[in-house]
Amino acid sequence: MPLKKTGPLGLWLAIGWVGFVLIPWYAQSRGLFDPGWLLAWDRQSTAPGLQQALLHGRLWLLPLVLPLAAPSLLLGRRQDTPAAANLLIVCGALGTLYCLGQGFLITHRGWGFEVLEAWFGPLGVRQFGIGGGASLTLLAFLMLFAQGIAAKGAVNGDRFVVGSITLIVVLVAAFIFFPVGRILTGALQGPDGGLAPMLFVERFLDNRIWGLGCLTGGPRCGVAWNTLTLALATGAGTTLLGLAFALVVTRTAFPAKRALRALTILPIITPPFVVSLAIILLFGRSGTVTQFFAELMGIDGGRWIYGFWGVWLAQVLSFTPIAFLVMIGVVEGVSPSLEEASQTLRASRWQTFTTVSLPLMRPGLANAFLLGFIESMADFGNPLVLGGNFQVLSTEIFFAIVGAQHDPGRAAMLAIVLLAFTLMAFWAQQQWLGRKQYTGVSGKGDAGMPTPLPTPLEWTAYAITVPWAVFTAVMYSMILFGGFVEIWGRDHSFTLRHYQDAFGVTQGAFGLVWSGTAWNSFTTTLWIAFVSAIPTALIGLLTAWLLTRQQFGGKAAFEFGTMLSFAIPGTVIGVAYIIAFNVPPIEITGTGIILILAFVFRNMPVGVRAGIATLAQLDKSLDEASLTHRATTLQTVRLILMPLMKPAMLAALVYSFVSAMTAISAVIFLVSARYELATTYILNRVEAGAFGIAIAYSSVLIVVMLVVIAIFQLVIGERRLGRRGAAAPSGFAGAGR
Amino acid sequence: MSQRTSRLVLLASAAIVTAGSAIDAEADELVLYCSPQEEWCQQVVTLFESETGISVAMTRKSSGETYAQIKAEADNPRGDVWWGGTGDPHLVAAEEGLTEPYESPMLDELHDWAIDQYEASDGATVGIYAGALGFGYNTELVAEKGLEAPACWADLIKPEFKGEVQMANPNSSGTAYTALATFVQLMGEEEGFEYLKALHANVNQYTRSGSAPITAAARGETMIGIVFQHDAVTQKVAGFPIEVVSPCEGTGYEIGSMSLIKGARNPENARTFYDFVLRADIQSMAREVGAYQVPSNRDAEAPPESPDFDSINLIDYDFKTFGSSDVRARLLERWDNEVGSLPN
Repeated sequence: MPLKKTGPLGLWLAIGWVGFVLIPWYAQSRGLFDPGWLLAWDRQSTAPGLQQALLHGRLWLLPLVLPLAAPSLLLGRRQDTPAAANLLIVCGALGTLYCLGQGFLITHRGWGFEVLEAWFGPLGVRQFGIGGGASLTLLAFLMLFAQGIAAKGAVNGDRFVVGSITLIVVLVAAFIFFPVGRILTGALQGPDGGLAPMLFVERFLDNRIWGLGCLTGGPRCGVAWNTLTLALATGAGTTLLGLAFALVVTRTAFPAKRALRALTILPIITPPFVVSLAIILLFGRSGTVTQFFAELMGIDGGRWIYGFWGVWLAQVLSFTPIAFLVMIGVVEGVSPSLEEASQTLRASRWQTFTTVSLPLMRPGLANAFLLGFIESMADFGNPLVLGGNFQVLSTEIFFAIVGAQHDPGRAAMLAIVLLAFTLMAFWAQQQWLGRKQYTGVSGKGDAGMPTPLPTPLEWTAYAITVPWAVFTAVMYSMILFGGFVEIWGRDHSFTLRHYQDAFGVTQGAFGLVWSGTAWNSFTTTLWIAFVSAIPTALIGLLTAWLLTRQQFGGKAAFEFGTMLSFAIPGTVIGVAYIIAFNVPPIEITGTGIILILAFVFRNMPVGVRAGIATLAQLDKSLDEASLTHRATTLQTVRLILMPLMKPAMLAALVYSFVSAMTAISAVIFLVSARYELATTYILNRVEAGAFGIAIAYSSVLIVVMLVVIAIFQLVIGERRLGRRGAAAPSGFAGAGR
Repeated sequence: MSQRTSRLVLLASAAIVTAGSAIDAEADELVLYCSPQEEWCQQVVTLFESETGISVAMTRKSSGETYAQIKAEADNPRGDVWWGGTGDPHLVAAEEGLTEPYESPMLDELHDWAIDQYEASDGATVGIYAGALGFGYNTELVAEKGLEAPACWADLIKPEFKGEVQMANPNSSGTAYTALATFVQLMGEEEGFEYLKALHANVNQYTRSGSAPITAAARGETMIGIVFQHDAVTQKVAGFPIEVVSPCEGTGYEIGSMSLIKGARNPENARTFYDFVLRADIQSMAREVGAYQVPSNRDAEAPPESPDFDSINLIDYDFKTFGSSDVRARLLERWDNEVGSLPN
């Protein structure tokens, strides 16, 4: 589509000037809604950029006037000439680079680098982290740059597309690559901050990471081996269970199929420790089941559950739903006519299953295994509660940071090892299955009936599935029940005390007093989960649209970059964020926005995947019809595609929300006094032994999540197609909690 | 520019402005890092807020973790005051210049040991409570196994208690570091580490927080928990089958401390809080939330259930030495290498 002669140049210039001259340049401690900042140019904390430069001695901000003013020469003139394009590119690029550069070079301690201090002498004035004003100006510069590139003819001169790509690239670079890069350099740093490459080697070859002593009966094994073994075991366990469940639900005449489906989905919306806690209450040293068997058979179980097996059990319980969701799609997609063909050739049911059905399910099995593997690697809550002395990488990283030894270099090293493992698994997953759609659903009707399973297999499946389902059901009833008893295991009298302690509301002198201890974290978590779900879905879907509908250079790299955060475990992101964002230019630790950003960029890939899956089903002729009617790209996206992408939107929103509500590994580093989250609060209660309140709180969270998901479904609504029903996007996955 | 686009622009700007406002929304009038038990933290916060009207944002983390956080944030401090937690990390923080000296008007109302803490750190920290180290055991489990109740440190390394003892990890817990330092002072460094290695054979888990061992013992997940005696008393008073033991050979004690963080954003409020929690009436209320430490204000009422310092065999704990950062780092590293990495 040819470039229009004029574009929204005026708009972006206006935004840039507003950011520079009206809105406080630096981050506000009172928030922008406190009107004190308006025209309060005399206060150096609230003055906008220009006033900072003129009135408060921050002269380094003055040069920004040039790139902001120069493009106004183009207002009212043609913007598609090469000269105009060059001007825009130069102004945009210079503006962005200078804006960011001065943020790094001058920090809250004066010069950001000692070299500069040596050259120029100490700086009298400091500066803080970027705030609203600086963000707007930066955005404006970026968009000017994008306009320039579009004017040069990139992507057919489509300004909206170029702008979107630029924005997403910058966001991903700033909030994924930058922090992770800082971690990598952190591993190379010595304790004083200087570069120490030898230390990197020393840290890497640490026996605590790679020791193989346990195989020879000596000291414990290195933590990397522990993590790997656990991940392999969990992958195997979840895949097996997922397959068994999928077979039972689709291929047998099991009576309670819907209940089974609901049961398997429940662990997804469960806060992370609930499962571990329930396991302790059942199988712990004084657990119900342990005591039962102790009385029956005189065996003292002791603390058998703490350690590898306990964590494995908790992880399999928690991650089977994901394997199940993958396997269901796979098992249903095996074409029945192929199986029928096999049977007409006189193969027995067993032969049919092993030679026809199972090979067709292999990609799904591999996918499920890898997902379980990645989730286990990234898991933090279960090993912390049930691990005993069994250490895994995520808990080691945690102790390296928060323990008294406080060794961020070591934490960075461990993070790199963990990241390497998950990236390898992620890469393997992409290689094997990434681009393939392995549904067997094609345009031709496949009206065959799925072959019933061979009987021994059917009974094996029942034998695996039914006890597991019963176990899960028992656990969840215990969780519900546990919130209402005084002390589980000792005093089973009914009480509402735990709910009152957590969510009590009393009548104070001036109205209602929220006296429960859980209200603070509860409201914060809900608010943050909501606020982060929306940008996650929007950015994810926008990226999906760019990937499926647009052609541009570097698309493969772009795709890789956006999906990368999938593979990064939560602890790594948490550590990366506190290392990268504790000092200016982006100074956001201890705030709510760091939590929101962590959630948005971790969960974005799900929106991308869901969007890609949905868009692949929408014919491009719809877009073309819209464009022929001279709608702009933005209008096409907004009016044609968005309404058709409701399932993807819903999937992205629901996943982001649930993930934010149940996240623990990243946020344990990011919570602060002002922003406490439900999961960290529950963890503290579990560690303090206050199981009653932990369970009560978790039950409330589960109910709330169910309600919110229902609300999302109501608000987004169903999309109304002429003929086919909406196919739910597959690939429900995430890189751990 | 069409009407629709302009509306979109307005929306976008509003979104950006809102995002900008989320950066550090609302002034926190006091940011408190709290290390004792959660209930006590909540009580103090509520009392302070209702009396002064200053709103408090509180994080509860164990003393080792809080020290690590303050150290990590040293470049750009976010907390204002660190209240509670065992004294050694406070002394280390003072030595490293992370905290600020302050001479409170309440100083002369305090016990001598609290003032000693103040002087040992050149005014950067002060004692707010004292607690004796010890352990607690689950009477039901001991009876079930037909064992003799432990009464001394030496009993804990007996083979019959294999896999029955729990202690915190000295890296993250001030309680466990105090235990480590106590053994070193009681037995000498070499023998102390021999003892710890022997104890390791009986330990089933090194927990993250200092009081977790006794809550586990209370619920029967372990038999013995090495903790401060007041934590064991809390469980006993709550109705669990716990017996509190003051070991016969002698035991160390902690001086729970409080420090003002250097570079705090609300230094005035921090000092108000500092003086507030040293008051006798505030300290006397600790008992209501199950905190049985011995308060530092001479006029405060020590709870009757608290361990009686006069009758306990206390060693002469050298806070200055064992609160210094190099001794601490050396001992922790030695523990990591010689004890923490041993097989289970």
